[in-house]
Amino acid sequence: MNLLTRFSWLRRWETLLFVILCVVIVINTQLSEHFFNVDNISNIFRLSIEKAMVVLLMTFVIINGEIDLSIASVMGLAASVLAFTYEAGWSLPVGFVVAMAVGALCGVINGFFITYLNMPSIVVTLAGLIAYRGVARILLEDRSVGGYPEWFTGLAQNGMIGSFPFTVILFAVMFVACFIILGRTAFGRYVYVIGNNRAGAEYAGINVRRIKMTIFVATGLMAAFAGLWYAARLGNIRANAAEGFELDIITMVLLGGVSIFGGKGTMLGVGLSLLVVLNMRNGMSLANVSGNVQTSIVGALLILSVLIPNWAQSLQNTKWWRSFVERDKPSLTKGETAKGEAG
Amino acid sequence: MRGLRGVLRVQQIRELSLFVILIMVLLLFGSQIENYFTPRTFDRIATTVAIITIVAVGQTMVVLTRNIDLSVGSIVGFTAFLIGRQFAEFRDLDPMVAVGLAMGVGALMGILNGLLVAYGRVPAVVVTLGTLAIYRGALVEYSGSQSIATRQLPDWLKELPQQTVFNLGEVEFGALPVIAIIAVILFQVILTYTRFGRRLYAVGSSPEAAEVAGIPSRRLIFTAFVISGALAGLGGFVYLARIGTITSEAARGLELQVVAAVVVGGVNTFGGSGTVIGTLLGALLVGTIEQSLIRMRINEFWKDALLGIFILIAVTSDSVIMSRLRTWWAERAQKARRSQLPASSSAGKVKA
Repeated sequence: MNLLTRFSWLRRWETLLFVILCVVIVINTQLSEHFFNVDNISNIFRLSIEKAMVVLLMTFVIINGEIDLSIASVMGLAASVLAFTYEAGWSLPVGFVVAMAVGALCGVINGFFITYLNMPSIVVTLAGLIAYRGVARILLEDRSVGGYPEWFTGLAQNGMIGSFPFTVILFAVMFVACFIILGRTAFGRYVYVIGNNRAGAEYAGINVRRIKMTIFVATGLMAAFAGLWYAARLGNIRANAAEGFELDIITMVLLGGVSIFGGKGTMLGVGLSLLVVLNMRNGMSLANVSGNVQTSIVGALLILSVLIPNWAQSLQNTKWWRSFVERDKPSLTKGETAKGEAG
Repeated sequence: MRGLRGVLRVQQIRELSLFVILIMVLLLFGSQIENYFTPRTFDRIATTVAIITIVAVGQTMVVLTRNIDLSVGSIVGFTAFLIGRQFAEFRDLDPMVAVGLAMGVGALMGILNGLLVAYGRVPAVVVTLGTLAIYRGALVEYSGSQSIATRQLPDWLKELPQQTVFNLGEVEFGALPVIAIIAVILFQVILTYTRFGRRLYAVGSSPEAAEVAGIPSRRLIFTAFVISGALAGLGGFVYLARIGTITSEAARGLELQVVAAVVVGGVNTFGGSGTVIGTLLGALLVGTIEQSLIRMRINEFWKDALLGIFILIAVTSDSVIMSRLRTWWAERAQKARRSQLPASSSAGKVKA
């Protein structure tokens, strides 16, 4: 019975997201005639592709029952490392590798404290949020570093494959890869199992620590990559790069139907919510809503995306709703009844 | 060993070591910076610590119940700007009304947090990460990209930080640190001696057990968030008195220092243990490091990195060393009791 209600609930959440997405797009077209412009559509993706990249990995983290607040700082740190090494006269590819290594190191630190010392991920990654940003400040102080070679900035700003922007194709490949890993592999199943019941997963012989560690390191790597991409797109790096991105990223994951308590959610939902948030932000920009108000609205969205499922859950538990559903289709919603009839 | 155990609890050892670390840090900076041990340094550190402490006391209540309040920085900024603007418009606004307004608005913001966490069953991180953005956005809208300048404030408020309440030798205690000290003592007494305080610990150590025991845990969590909001409002008033110039960016990131103070001060992030005195020590450490690094100039940028590392060290030492010490002591106590057991149990039987 549980399984059935859960699946139908999930299906409805994604349908709901799809409906919201359609509504947002319709409103956007009403707001501005420039919305369906090809440039604008590709801008929606290009201008926030870094957030979208990290969202994919954050989905794994949250389904696994943890949270990572340090991602925005890792993005900023990776960009700052690149800038620092470039300033010191190192070649760009070397700086790229060093920055990625630093991102992985951040992931290892987060993962070590969380999985091996059993500390709450909120506190560890909050410390990470402060410390990684702090290291970026030590490296760049209050300087702004720019002047990168053309190929580097050009890659993110206007690289094209055929008639598609390079970023969009890159993201599509990443999305499909994450979709398959989460939904179609044993690793993905383990991620869900651990998020649902960590002790149970351990008894079942799953190497919980290794999987959690893998996810945190992968998140660090992805955040570093996204940070470098951000650096390339802006062409100019300060120590406060990507500050505050964690709000948008966590909102996109939770709005996608991923449960903050772990164990629930799909990549499809996250993909849809990503489109919803990006389109909403784009629409608000077209309507000249200021950046801070946009951030507030995303903040409200974050709270609502957990509050509404909670309400829906309590509504489903009420007598009134049960009697309503039972009268409608008893064999589908009431497991006991269905079993009784079958027997 | 038994004697020591009689005198000290694990929590107190934690606080004692923090106190030693604080003195070591002071000596370290004293040897690096000229004219460090002067009343002026003390004053600077004390006023910075005052803001952090006041907000951290509220945060302690929230963390004790296994939650976290990340929105306090935005609440401090909002209330500071709000009363700043009130002072700009009505110059002879009564001080008590101003403080009441700040705490009231802060409490309202805390009520929203508390409702969502306690009754909406949304995790505190999600709620306060959201309201962090919402309250900041509200401030930006309200300010209309204007700022409050020091000259718009009444004279008594400008002079408040310099006002000496009492002297301790050469060191003068200004009004702002005294407000913080009062808040610390008040809430330490509440935690130790009232039913509300004991219940907060109960909810934090085991929400399920507290529920079974008939403790209204939702109401307690809600109250903790309201207290945190109200104290953040008071923090906003102190912030206005100390800084004077308030923009829409005021107190951004303060929540990180506050959480750092609470965690470094030994309040367990799993809830249920910690004291306000510990939080005060944590705030002192955080504030001292921040102000001293600013005076060292070159190393000002090291502030955040050190803060993050301090949190990690504090939490690790809690979860690794302190919990081991706690179990070790408990085992020893059990052994000691067992060795006395035959005599006492036989005595019990005779009585029965």
